[in-house]
Amino acid sequence: MIEVEQLTKSFVVRRGRFRRERHVVEAVKDISFRVDRGELIGYLGPNGAGKSTTIKMLTGILVPSSGRVSVLGLDPSRRRVELARQIGAMFGQRVQLWWDLPLRDSFELLRHIYKVPLDRHRASLDRFRGVLDLDPFLDTPVRQLSLGQRIRGELTAAMLHGPELLFLDEPTIGLDVVAKQRVRDFLVEINREDGVTVMLTTHDLGDIERLCNRLLVIDHGSLIWDGGIPELKERYGAERTLIVDLEEPGPPLELEGARVERIDGPRQWLRFRGSASELTTRVVQSARVLDLQIAEPDIEEIVRRIYTGNSRT
Amino acid sequence: MVEPILVWRRLVGAQVRSQLQYRRSFALDAFGSFWISFVDFLIILTIFHNVSHLNAWNVHEVAFLYALSAITFALTDLFIGHLDQFPQLIRDGNFDIVLVRPRGTLFQVVAADFASRRLARVLQGVVVLVYALWSLTIHWTVWRVIVLLASLPSAVVIFSSIWVCGACIAFWTTDGGEFTNAFTYGGTTMAQYPFDIYATWLRRLLGFVIPLAFVCYFPALFVLGKPDPLGLPRVLDFVSPAVALAAAIVAGLVWRFAVRHYRSAGG
Repeated sequence: MIEVEQLTKSFVVRRGRFRRERHVVEAVKDISFRVDRGELIGYLGPNGAGKSTTIKMLTGILVPSSGRVSVLGLDPSRRRVELARQIGAMFGQRVQLWWDLPLRDSFELLRHIYKVPLDRHRASLDRFRGVLDLDPFLDTPVRQLSLGQRIRGELTAAMLHGPELLFLDEPTIGLDVVAKQRVRDFLVEINREDGVTVMLTTHDLGDIERLCNRLLVIDHGSLIWDGGIPELKERYGAERTLIVDLEEPGPPLELEGARVERIDGPRQWLRFRGSASELTTRVVQSARVLDLQIAEPDIEEIVRRIYTGNSRT
Repeated sequence: MVEPILVWRRLVGAQVRSQLQYRRSFALDAFGSFWISFVDFLIILTIFHNVSHLNAWNVHEVAFLYALSAITFALTDLFIGHLDQFPQLIRDGNFDIVLVRPRGTLFQVVAADFASRRLARVLQGVVVLVYALWSLTIHWTVWRVIVLLASLPSAVVIFSSIWVCGACIAFWTTDGGEFTNAFTYGGTTMAQYPFDIYATWLRRLLGFVIPLAFVCYFPALFVLGKPDPLGLPRVLDFVSPAVALAAAIVAGLVWRFAVRHYRSAGG
C-alpha cells in the first residue's frame, strides 16, 4: 500500500535579521519503510521530529527533496488528484469542514467534491451517524460544535468517500477520555470490519498501545524503530519493576541484579532485568514478605528512553 | 466541463448562504463598496473640472475607459477577490486541506468564496458606462461591437491572471498580500486612465510585462475610433483576447510551479 525508500525532505531556512544566512534543515532524513494492506500503524515522535512532514509527503501535500514514495502505486505529489480520491486524511489541528455551515451541508459538499453517487453516500453516512453518534449535532453549524463533536465530524468527512487508506495526524489531540475512546473504537472498527489501512501520528501513547499492531518511531528526522510493540518493550524496556510489600518497614533490600528505586513505608520498588521468578525467590529468602507484584514497563517510559538514548548519540 | 461549474455553484452557493445569515453587515458592506468605488470616479470628475482634456481624451471618453476597467475589475473581484486572503491560507497551513481533495487546487481556492457584496461595484461601473455611452456619439459597427464585447471577458481574464500570479508569491514569502495589491487594485486604477498619459517606462511595463494596456485602453481606442496618439500598430486593438489567453497560460504555469514549492506549516 505504501512504499517509501530513502525519503528525504529538506527545507531552506533563512536566519538572522541583517545578514541572512541560509540553513538547510533536514526534516526527514533518508527513511524507508513499507505498509501492507490492513495494517493499523502508529507513527510516533517528539515535536518537530518529522512525523507530519512524512505524512504530508505521503498524501501529496509536500514534494519530497529526494527518495521515492509510492502510495497505492501512485507518486503522491505528481498524481495528487487520483490519489486523493482513494485516500482519506484528517489533521487534528486543521478544520476541513465548512465553518459556518451545518455539519450535514459539509458532508453534502464533500459528496460533490469526491463525486460519490447518492446511494453510496447515503449508506456510508447512515453508518457513520450510528457509529459516531452524529445525529444530535448534524444540523449544528460547525463553529458551534465542541472539539469532540467536530473531530467526529472530521473523521466522517475523511471516510465518506470510502477510502481504503486513511491518514490521521494527531486525531486525538485535545480530546477528553470519553471522546478519545470513541475515536479509537471507530478506528478499530473501520480497520477490522472494512479492512481500511490506517496510519496515524500521535503524541498519545495510549492511542498506540490500544490501537496499533506496528509502530514507527522517528526522531530528528530519522526512523529509529520499526516493529511491533512487544518487541519494542523487550528491546528498550527490559527493566521491569518488582513491588515488594514487607511485613514492616525496613532498610532497602540489597539483592544482586536489582536496585531499590523507591521506598514507601513497608513497600519497596525494585528495578531488575532478567528472570522474575529467580529474583522473587531471593527476595522471599532474604526478608519477610507479605505480597509481590510485577509491573511491566509502560510504553511511555520506553519511548522516553528511546528519545534520550537517541539524542545522546 | 459542466460538472466543475456545477460544483463551483454548490460550493459558492453554500458560502453565500452563510454570508446572508448576517444580513445587516451584508447590506452595509455592499453599500460601502459601492461608495468606495464611486470615489474613484469622483476623482476623475474633479480632474476634468480643472482641465478639459488629458492628452486627446475628454471627460466622456475617460468615463468610458473608467467604466470598462471598473466593471471588469469588479467582476474579477467578485469571483477571485478573496485571493487577497490567500497568504493567510498558506501561513496557517490550511492549503493542506486543498491538496488532499481530488480537485484542482486553484479551482478549490477560487470556489472557496464569492464576494457577492461586491456586486455593488459592478453596478457602479455599469452606471458610469451608461452615462458614458449616453454622452458619447459612437459610430457603432459590427467590429466595434465585437471588440467591445470581447474586451470584457478578456479584461476579466487578464486581471485574474495578474491576481493569481500575485497570490503565488505567498508560496515563498508566506505573505506578499500588499505587494499583490499594488498590481491588482493599483492596476485597475491605472487602467482607468488613458495609457498615453504615462511615462515611457511605465507604458512598457503596463503594455508588455503586466498586460494592463490590453484591458481597456486598446479596445477603447478602437470602439471610440480614436487614432493612437503613440502611433502603435493598430493590430493591438484586436489582440486583447489573445493576450488574455497568454496571460491565463502563464498564470496557470506559475501556479503549478508554485504549488510544488508549498512548504506547509507546523507539525
